[in-house]
Amino acid sequence: MQIHVATKVNGDETEFLCDPEETLLDVLRDRLGLTGAKEGCGTGDCGACSITVDGRLICACLMLGAEAQGREIATIEGMAAGEALHPLQQKFLDHAALQCGICTPGILVAAKNLLEKNPDPTETEVRYWLAGNLCRCTGYDKIVRAVMDAAAEMRGA
Amino acid sequence: MAFDEYDSETRIFSAVGTRPVRPDGVDKVTGRALFGADMSAPGMLTGAILRSPHAHARIKSIDTSKAEALPGVKAVVTRADFNAEADNADVLDNCMAGEKVLYDGHALAALAAINPRVAQKALRLIEVDYEVLPHVTDVDAAMAPDAPVLRAEGGNESVPEGLSKNVMSMCEFGHGDLDKGFAEADLVIEKSFKTAAAHQGYIEPHACLASLGADGRGELWVCTQGHFVVRNICADLLGMDSTQLRVVASEIGGGFGGKTTVFLEPVALALSRKASRPVKMVMSRSEVFRATGPTSSTSMDIKIGMTKDGRMTAGLAVNRFQGGAYPGAPVDMGAMCSFACYNLENVKSVGYDVICNRPKQAAYRAPGSPMAAFAVESVVDMLCQELGLDPVEVRIKNASREGTKASYGPRWPRIGLEETLEAAKAHAHYKAPLGPNQGRGVSCGFWFNHGGETSVSLALSQDGTVALSVGTPDIGGSRASMCLMAAEELGIPYDKVRTTVVDTASLGYNDVSHGSRVTYASGLATIKAARDAKQKLCARAAKIWGIDPDAVTWEDGMAKPSGHNAGDHDPLPFSKLCATMGRTGGPISGHFEATPEGAGVSFATHLVDAEVDPETGATKVVRYTVIQDAGKAIHPAYVEGQFQGGAVQGIGWALNEEYIYGEDGRLQNAGFLDYRIPVASDLPMIDTEIVEVPNPGHPYGVRGVGETSIVPPLAAIANAVSRAAGVRMTELPMSPPRILAALDAQDG
Amino acid sequence: MRYEAPNTLDRAVDLLAAEGGVTRILAGGTDVLVQLRSGMIEPDLILDIKRIDGIYDIVQEAGGYRVGAAVPGAMLGEHEGVSAMWPGVVEALELVGSTQVQGRATLAGNLCNASPAADSVPAMIAAAATVRLHGPDGTRDVPVEEIGVAPGKTSLKKGEIVGSVFLPPRSDRAGDAYLRFIPRTEMDIAVVGAAVSLSLDGDTVADARVSLGAVAPTALLVEDAAKALIGTTADEAACTALAAAASAACNPIDDKRGTVDFRVKVAGVLATRAAKIAMARAKGDA
Repeated sequence: MQIHVATKVNGDETEFLCDPEETLLDVLRDRLGLTGAKEGCGTGDCGACSITVDGRLICACLMLGAEAQGREIATIEGMAAGEALHPLQQKFLDHAALQCGICTPGILVAAKNLLEKNPDPTETEVRYWLAGNLCRCTGYDKIVRAVMDAAAEMRGA
Repeated sequence: MAFDEYDSETRIFSAVGTRPVRPDGVDKVTGRALFGADMSAPGMLTGAILRSPHAHARIKSIDTSKAEALPGVKAVVTRADFNAEADNADVLDNCMAGEKVLYDGHALAALAAINPRVAQKALRLIEVDYEVLPHVTDVDAAMAPDAPVLRAEGGNESVPEGLSKNVMSMCEFGHGDLDKGFAEADLVIEKSFKTAAAHQGYIEPHACLASLGADGRGELWVCTQGHFVVRNICADLLGMDSTQLRVVASEIGGGFGGKTTVFLEPVALALSRKASRPVKMVMSRSEVFRATGPTSSTSMDIKIGMTKDGRMTAGLAVNRFQGGAYPGAPVDMGAMCSFACYNLENVKSVGYDVICNRPKQAAYRAPGSPMAAFAVESVVDMLCQELGLDPVEVRIKNASREGTKASYGPRWPRIGLEETLEAAKAHAHYKAPLGPNQGRGVSCGFWFNHGGETSVSLALSQDGTVALSVGTPDIGGSRASMCLMAAEELGIPYDKVRTTVVDTASLGYNDVSHGSRVTYASGLATIKAARDAKQKLCARAAKIWGIDPDAVTWEDGMAKPSGHNAGDHDPLPFSKLCATMGRTGGPISGHFEATPEGAGVSFATHLVDAEVDPETGATKVVRYTVIQDAGKAIHPAYVEGQFQGGAVQGIGWALNEEYIYGEDGRLQNAGFLDYRIPVASDLPMIDTEIVEVPNPGHPYGVRGVGETSIVPPLAAIANAVSRAAGVRMTELPMSPPRILAALDAQDG
Repeated sequence: MRYEAPNTLDRAVDLLAAEGGVTRILAGGTDVLVQLRSGMIEPDLILDIKRIDGIYDIVQEAGGYRVGAAVPGAMLGEHEGVSAMWPGVVEALELVGSTQVQGRATLAGNLCNASPAADSVPAMIAAAATVRLHGPDGTRDVPVEEIGVAPGKTSLKKGEIVGSVFLPPRSDRAGDAYLRFIPRTEMDIAVVGAAVSLSLDGDTVADARVSLGAVAPTALLVEDAAKALIGTTADEAACTALAAAASAACNPIDDKRGTVDFRVKVAGVLATRAAKIAMARAKGDA
C-alpha cells in the first residue's frame, strides 16, 4: 500500500504518495520532478544525491521517502535565489570547478552545508568534508579552490 | 583573401586563451541540466535486464512465461528479438547473449514494466537453464595452452602456433637490430609487469529513454559520447534504417571512453518496439561495473639496454592484454605507445590480444598507453637508479624529437616532449627536498590523438548572433571552446555564440567524442565553418558595394575593402551584414564536413612525490605536477582540468583501483565502496604547466589534451613509491597489502 | 513491505513481536537501505525508530552518558561532553562513511548490523559500553561485546530492540583512541580496526581494554593485549608486547580488502599507535 507523506521541499509544502520501498531520491526524481539530485550509486558511496533534511547533510538514496513526513528538505533546486546564484555556484563557474557536471549539484549542497557550520575551513577540512562526494573529472583541485574562495567571499560579505 | 591560413605561430588571439564561464555552466550549478536519467515521457515504462551469475555458461533454455504473466509487465525480449544478420555481431552478443553467457553480468533477457519495483520482481521470475562451463579471467592463464576456450574458432592468422585459442591476434612494431643494440649497452634490465583492469568510473550510470513505434520510426535520448555511432549501431542491431532513428545526446555525466559504444540502448529500443510505449533504462552502479567496458588487464615483459652515460641502445616490449570476452583489446595501441617517447635505433614491441571471461573492454582515456608506459618507464627508472643517472636528463637525452623515427613507423613532425622535460627540469617541484619515507617519480607519456569524421554548421542570425551546431557531445566543457574559436574567427564577443550539440537528424555524421578529438576536430571544423561564413559575408559586402568579392577582406569582425583599388567604402560590421542578409541574398550559414587528418600527437612529463608508511604500506601522494604540450590552450582552465583529472584517474589506477574476480569468476567489488576511486581527502592540489608547441595540423595549433594526462601517472607513482619504499613495485595497483608484502619479502 | 514509525519503544516492541515475517529496524538506515536496494534483504516490516520519544537524546547518567539509538555520528560529534570523555568512541563513529552518512549513521545501527569491520564497535568494547535492550520481557543491559555473535548476526532475541548505548564514567587520568586502516583516507570499510582505552595511576597504566575489528568474525576484546599495557608506562617494550598480543589474537580472512598477513601485522601496528594516542589523552597532552 502506498504511503501518504506531507513534507516541505525547498520551502514549499509538498505532499506525495510513495511505495514503502521507494527512497527519498526516487521520490524527488520520479514523483516530484526534482532531478537535480543524481543517483550515481544508490549506496551512499558517491554523494551525487546529497540533500539536507532538517539541516543535516545526507544522501537521499539512503533515506526512505516515507521517512520525510514532517521534515524540511533542501535540494540543489533551492540553492539559488531566483536569478541570483549562491556564491558557491558562482565560484564553481568562475573556477571551472566542473567538467561533466553530474557531481556538481551534490557537491554544492555539501559545500553549502559545510560553510554554514564552518565559514573558514582549511583545505584539509574541505577535502574531508567532501570525501563522500566523488568527482571523476576534475581531480578535485578546482572544486577545493572554488569552495575556499566562496568561503572567503562569504566571510567578507 | 587568406581564409585558410595557418597562423598559430604569429597570431595574436583575443578570445582564445581567455577563461570565460562555460555556456552550460548555470544549468549545471542549479540542477537544471538534463542528463541521461533525467528525461521522462508520457506512458513511460521501466526496463530492466537479467544478467548472468556465471562467468561462462551455455544457455540451454530461457523461460520468460512467468515474468510475462506478471501484472504490469508489458514486454520481454531475448536475443531472438534482435537482427540475426547484424554487422556488429560482437556488439549485439555483448548487449544480449546468444548461445553462451561469457562473463558475470552478461545480459541474456530484458523486460519492461510499469515501474522499477514490478520490473525487478519480474526479473526473478525468468527461469534460465545453464550448463556451467570452465572459465578464465586472468590474461596469462587465458593464454596457456590448456585454458578454457571461449571461441572454438580461435584467433586470426597473425597468431603464432602453439598459443591458446583465446589469443585473437598478434601485432609487432619496430626497427633496427635488437641483439646489436643490447650488445652496445653497459646495463640491460629485464622485468615483468602486471596491471589490473580499471573502470572509467564516470559518476553517471548509463541511461536512455527509447521510443520506437510500430511504423519503424524511433527516438532515443541517451547519455553517450557519440550519438551518431549509437544511431548506426542500434539501427543495425534492430534491423532498421539509420535515419529512421533520431538520437538526442543528453548532458553526459562522464565517459572517458566508456560511453563510446552501446549497452542498454538497443535493448530499450527493442522493448519499446515490442511494448509500443517509451521505455527508460538506467543501470545500477553494480551493473555499470559488471557489464560495461572496463579497460584491459595486462601482463608485460620489458627489456631495455643503456650505456653508462644514459643512452638507450635497444628496447623490447612484449604486451599481453585481455579485452574481455571479445576481441579488440587496445594492445596494438599499447605496443605502438611502449617506446613512443624515445628515439631508439633498435626497438621492437609486440602485442597479443587475448579474450577471457570478463566484460568486453571499452576505451578508457588513451587506451593501452598508460599500461605500456607503466612498464617501460619503470625500467627506464630502474636503469637510472642503477647507473646513478638523473631521470629527467636521461629522458631528455633519449627523447623523441622532430625528424626522429617513431618506434611504430612514422617520422615525428614538430612535437613537444623535450619542452615538457625541460620544463620539468626547471620546475621548483623537481628541486624541492624530500621528507622521510618519500620518493620522487618521473614519467613521460604519449598519445596519438585523433581527427575523425566531423560536421559542423554555423548559422548567423539577423541580430548578429551565431548558432553553432556540433555533433560531438560535450564531455568536459567543449562548448566553451567552440564558442571561443567561433568568436575568435568572426571577431565577435564570446557570448554572441551559442553552441549546441544537435541531434542526429540535424547535422551530418560525426564520430564519437574520443581520441581527444573534439577541440581539435570540431574546433577546426568550427573555424573552417566560420571562415566559410566570412567568405559569404564578404561576398554580401561586395554586392552592397558593387565590387568584386575578391576585393573584400575580413578584419576585426568587419568586411573591408581590400586595398586602394577596391574603392573607398565604410567597413561593414558583422552585425550589420547579419541584419541585412535577408535583402542581400538570404540566410547565411557556414559549413564544414570532412575528416581532418592533422591531429597533432601530445606528450607529457609528470612529477610526483609519494610517501610510503613502512609499517602499513599506505601511500600518500604528497605533491603532483603535470606538464603537458597542449599545442594551443583554447580555454586554459579546462585544459588544466583535463591535466588534473587525468592525473587523478591515474593515481587511482596506480594505487587502489582494480577489478577483483573470485575463484568463481564473479566480480567481487562491483561498487564504489570497494572499487576505490580517489576521494578529495586522498589528494594534494594538482599543479599544472601548459606547454604550447603548436600543432601544424590545426589553424590555431591545437593538440588534443584529454588523454595524454592519464599516461604518465601509473609509472610516475610506481617510480616514486619504489624509490620511497626501496623496493621495485611491478604490479598495479600498489595497494597497501601489496607494498607491505614487498617490503616484508625484502626484509626476509 | 510495511513501513511503521511508532512513537514509543513499547509500541516498537509490540510491532516487532507481532510480526511473523522478516523485520528490519531502521535507525540511520545506511546499511538497511543498501541491503534493500541490492535485493539482499526483502523484509516484510521496516520499523523506523526515529519517531520514538527520546530516541535522539544524549543524557548524563551516573557520571557517564546514555546515547539514544537514533543519535547520528554528526550529533554525537557535536556533543561536547561525550567528545571530551570518550573521544575514541566519537572518532570511531565519525569514521563511518562520509559526512552524508554521518548525518544518519548511529552507534546502535553500527552494532546491530553486526559487521566484523564496524568502526564504532571496537571503540565501544574498549570503552566497556553497554546497550539497553527493550523486549517483550522488559529491558536488560548487555555489554557491547556480547551483541555480535557472527557476521550479520546478533544475540538479540525476537522482539528486542536497542534503545540506547551507555558510555560509562571514567577518571580524569584516562583516555581512549580508535584507529583503523583503510586504503584511502575516507569512505572505505576498515581492513583492520584497533581501539584502546586506558586509565593511569601516575604515569603507569592502571587499567586497559584493547579491542580489534575486522580481524575475526566479530570484534575482539583482547585481554592479552591489555595485560601488555597494564602496569607499564606504555614504553617501547610494552608496545612491542602489545603489538605481538594484538597480532596473535587475529583470526582474519583473505578478501578483497586485505590479506591475512596484512591484517595480522597491521593489527599490531594500529594497536600500538592507538595506545600512544590514548596515553597522550590520558595525560592531557592531546
